[in-house]
Formats: sequence, C-alpha cells, structure tokens
Amino acid sequence: MANNSPQIPKVAELMDKIKSGKIFSEIAKEITESQIWTSAFRHGYADTPRNRVLQIASNVWLHLHPVKIQRHALRIKFTWCMGGITFLLFLSTVVTGVILMFYYRPVGEYAYYDMKYLQYDVPFGMLMRNMHRWAAHAMVITVWLHMFRVFLTGSYKPPREFNWVIGVFLVTFTLLLSFTGYLLPWDQLAMWAVTVGTNMARATPFLGNEGPFAEFIGATPRYDVRAMLIGGSVVGPPALLRFYVLHCIFIPLVAGALMIVHFWRIRKDGGISGPL
Amino acid sequence: MAEAAAPRKRVKGVPEKLHVWPYLVRLEFLCAILTIVALTVWSIVIDAPLEEAANPTKTPNPSKAPWYFLGLQDVLVYFDPWFAGVVAPSLIIVGLMLIPYLDVNPKGNGYYTYHERKAAIWIYCFGFLVLWIALIIMGVFLRGPGWNLFMPWQYWDPHKVVALVNVDLPYAFGVRTYNGAMLFGGAVVLGYFGVGTVIYFFMERKALKNVGFLRMFLKIELFLVMMAIVIKIILRLGFNIKYVWVTPWFNI
Ligand code: HEM
Repeated sequence: MANNSPQIPKVAELMDKIKSGKIFSEIAKEITESQIWTSAFRHGYADTPRNRVLQIASNVWLHLHPVKIQRHALRIKFTWCMGGITFLLFLSTVVTGVILMFYYRPVGEYAYYDMKYLQYDVPFGMLMRNMHRWAAHAMVITVWLHMFRVFLTGSYKPPREFNWVIGVFLVTFTLLLSFTGYLLPWDQLAMWAVTVGTNMARATPFLGNEGPFAEFIGATPRYDVRAMLIGGSVVGPPALLRFYVLHCIFIPLVAGALMIVHFWRIRKDGGISGPL
Repeated sequence: MAEAAAPRKRVKGVPEKLHVWPYLVRLEFLCAILTIVALTVWSIVIDAPLEEAANPTKTPNPSKAPWYFLGLQDVLVYFDPWFAGVVAPSLIIVGLMLIPYLDVNPKGNGYYTYHERKAAIWIYCFGFLVLWIALIIMGVFLRGPGWNLFMPWQYWDPHKVVALVNVDLPYAFGVRTYNGAMLFGGAVVLGYFGVGTVIYFFMERKALKNVGFLRMFLKIELFLVMMAIVIKIILRLGFNIKYVWVTPWFNI
C-alpha cells in the first residue's frame, strides 16, 4: 500500500500527456533520436516556409500542385474531393488491370476460362478482379459527382470553359473504358450487355444498316459502323479482341493524356475556382 | 448562400493562402487511404459477377446494357434506336460541351449559389437527376423480362403480356391518310420547335443584343430537345401515343 502512493502522480502525469497529445511528440522524439533512425536519415525536416515550398516544387509527383492554395479550396464541402478520388480510382484500375493482363487472353476459346482460372487458382486473383471491377464502377459514379459539383460551383465559367470541355471528353472516355471492359469476362452478362449497347450503332443515321438514310450509303449488316466497331455482324471473338485492345491500350492512353491536360489546365486557369 | 458573392468572411489573423504542403497533401493522403480501404473492403466482401460462358444462341430476357447506360436504354421505349441510341447521346455530349459557351451569366462563378442562377441549376439538375439518374435506377431495379415495369415486390413473369394499344398522334387526331399523317406530324414537330424558339426569343428579346443570336438559338433548341423527350414520355404513358411523326425514312 505504502508503495503505491508515489505511483499515483506518475499515472496522472501519463494521462495528462495522453490527453494533451504530448505523448506523440515524445514517442516521435524517442524514435527520431534513436541510433537506427539517425544512422538512416542524416538530418531532420525543419518545418519552415521555404521547406514547405520545396516539398512541392522539387518533387516530381507533388509538383502537379501549386505551392500555395486558397483556403476555401481545401474544404471538402467545396470540391467533395471527387476529382482526386476519380483519379485515384483510375490509378487503381491501372494497377489491378495490369495484374489481370498477366493471366487473361482475349481469345474466344480462352477468355472465359482465364476468368475462372483467375478466380479459383491465381493467388489473390479474385481480389484483383473485384478491385478492378468495383474501382471502375466507382469511377463512373465519382466522375458524375465531380461533374455535378463543378456545375454547382459554376466552375465551368470563364476562364475554365475549356477545362470543362476536356472534362466532357473525360467522362465520355470513362464510360467507354467501362463499357469496353464489360465484354472481357466473355460470359452471358458481358456478351449480351455489349450486344444491346452496340446494336444502337446499327441505327446510326446514314452509317448504320438500320438507320435513317442508310440506303444512300449502301450500309448492310456486314458493312456499316457497327460491323466496323465489332469486327463482324455479331458480338463474337473479333469484337472481344477489338474491345480488349481499346480497353487496355487505346482508351487508357487517350484518357491518361487528357487527364494530364486537365490537371495542367487547372493550374493555368488560376487554380481551383473561387469567389473573387 | 444568397450573399455568397460578397467576399467570404475572413477569419481574423488567418492567411487566405495556405501552403499545399502540409495542408492539402495531408488531406489528399487521408482521402486516398479512406478510398483504398473502402475499395478493398468492398472487394473482399462482394465478388464481381461471372455468369455462364457467353452463348450467342441463348438471349437472356431481359438483356440489359451496363447499368450506366440504362437511362438511354429506357429512352428506347419511347424513341427509335437512331434517336435514343445515337442522336440523343451525341446531343448530350455536344450539349454538355457547349454549356460554358451558352451560359453567359457571369454570376455564380466559383461558389455555390442557387439564387443567382436558378434556371441553370434547375435545368442541369433535371437532366442529371431525373432524366439520367432516375431512369437508371428504374432500369436497374424495375425493368424485367420484355422490358416491362415490375415493382420490387412483383414476380418477374417472363410471360407477362402488356397490350399494345398505342396509336400515332395524327391517327389520334383523326388523320387517316399516310401523306396527311406525315404532314400533320411534321407540322406538330416543326411547329413545336418553331413556336418554342419564337416564344423564347420574344421573352428574351432584350438579352438578344448581349447574348447573341447563335447562342440563344442553340440554347433554346437544346432545351426544346430535352423537353421533347419528356413530352414524348408523357404522350406515351398518358395517352398511348406511339409516334408523333411518321415518315418513310424515320419516325419520331
Ligand atoms: C477522369 C475524369 C476526371 C478526373 C480524374 C478529374 C480530376 C480533377 C481534379 C483532381 C480536379 C481538382 C479539383 C477537384 O478535385 O474537384 C478537377 C477540377 C476540374 N474538373 Fe475534373 N476530372 C475529371 C473529369 C471531369 C469532368 C467530366 C468535368 C466536367 C465536365 C471536369 C471539369 C473540371 C473543372 C472545370 C475543374 C476545375 C474546377 C474548379 O476550378 O473548381 N472534370 N478535375
């Protein structure tokens, strides 16, 4: 009992440290002054205005950002963080998509069985497939929300008109990316969804065999825009290969390039919009 | 929000511009972690679908496009594919791109406001939330076999028969000859656009000089096309009208 009394102030002291958050700086100090840490890092990071600027300006990834930003642009309520999340989801699909490409062959005879193989035999195959698919779906939703917020804040108004136009290209390519990927599992869901979608091309005025004025061009089921798109008159193996190439190479490259322009334009147009 | 145009309230002693490092970067980092965690949990809990192998001889009923296109697929009920599948999406894309050039209201640039741009907000919200999102939700959950409407508690009966009693608009007005119907339908469609345009120009005649003819013209035509979709849906659901205008080349 008598032994305990000196303990009580110590416990109280500890509680104080935890409550005031001092405990963290003490732990940080213990770590950064340890022999292991100091042997790895020669000097610390001094939180000076100059260093804050350098962190952004001399880092190839971070220098997409300006070094300073309007206070309101930080507010989640203003941007909903939707553009950034859209970009992150795009990157997630790139990473998981490349992993899927190691196992998947876009050939009529193999594609479906490669999916089965991915799901049942490849370590983490199912997880990679799920992440790829859900990130793609989520990206469609977030890009719509991003567009909605840009509209609500009137951020398409001068001088940002053209970045809105690039944005409309981006939302279109996002949908096309998702749509071309939809065919690749080569199951019933895939084939028929893409059949329904590409059937529309049949009805293109002038260029589709069932469209208005097709007779002026001489479009037939095997010779019209739809046949060009899917490489035949039905959604078959040529369509699979075409969609694969569009999905894995063409559209991501174009969309990626447009994103670069989009981000560059945000800065050139004076950063995130705000009331002035 | 009404007085949002006035300078934002400034917190005393707090600078208006902040360093991106650490203030923005740490937010982005947090957002990224939350997103990735959410995506990972979602992917662990729910598996992506994989149905039977593709079979060109076995058409599922209903055959649905990917969910994000179901709004357009639903418009197919009311319009022929050349419009619902080709012209409407093209007009949506072009129309969206034109927004910054057609909306010349200088107010509401860079902040949330409803009062300073009521019409713009209404039109966008109607197009996005009703014609796009609501139709998608309907397409995903309420459209069953034969693209018939089923309530969530109803059984998806593949043999459900819905009597098609639709007639064309000229027929409903007693026009019985083919050429007469074509003229009547053409007059209705072109008249709708013509009258709509004239009314708009008359109402906005004072703005014409500032806004410019082409701008105002494109604005009202795009708006009339959007409204025409709504009108056609009402005509079909309320009055069983199939086409308004039948021609040898296309039907509307
Ligand atoms: C792949 C798709 C897209 C990505 C990755 C993307 C990314 C971004 C990011 C990171 C920002 C910074 C601010 C924020 O997060 O809100 C931004 C701003 C902007 N985005 Fe996008 N975006 C995409 C699609 C779109 C679309 C579809 C539109 C409109 C049609 C659009 C129009 C704009 C505009 C006008 C800005 C400037 C906003 C302001 O200054 O307040 N973007 N975008």
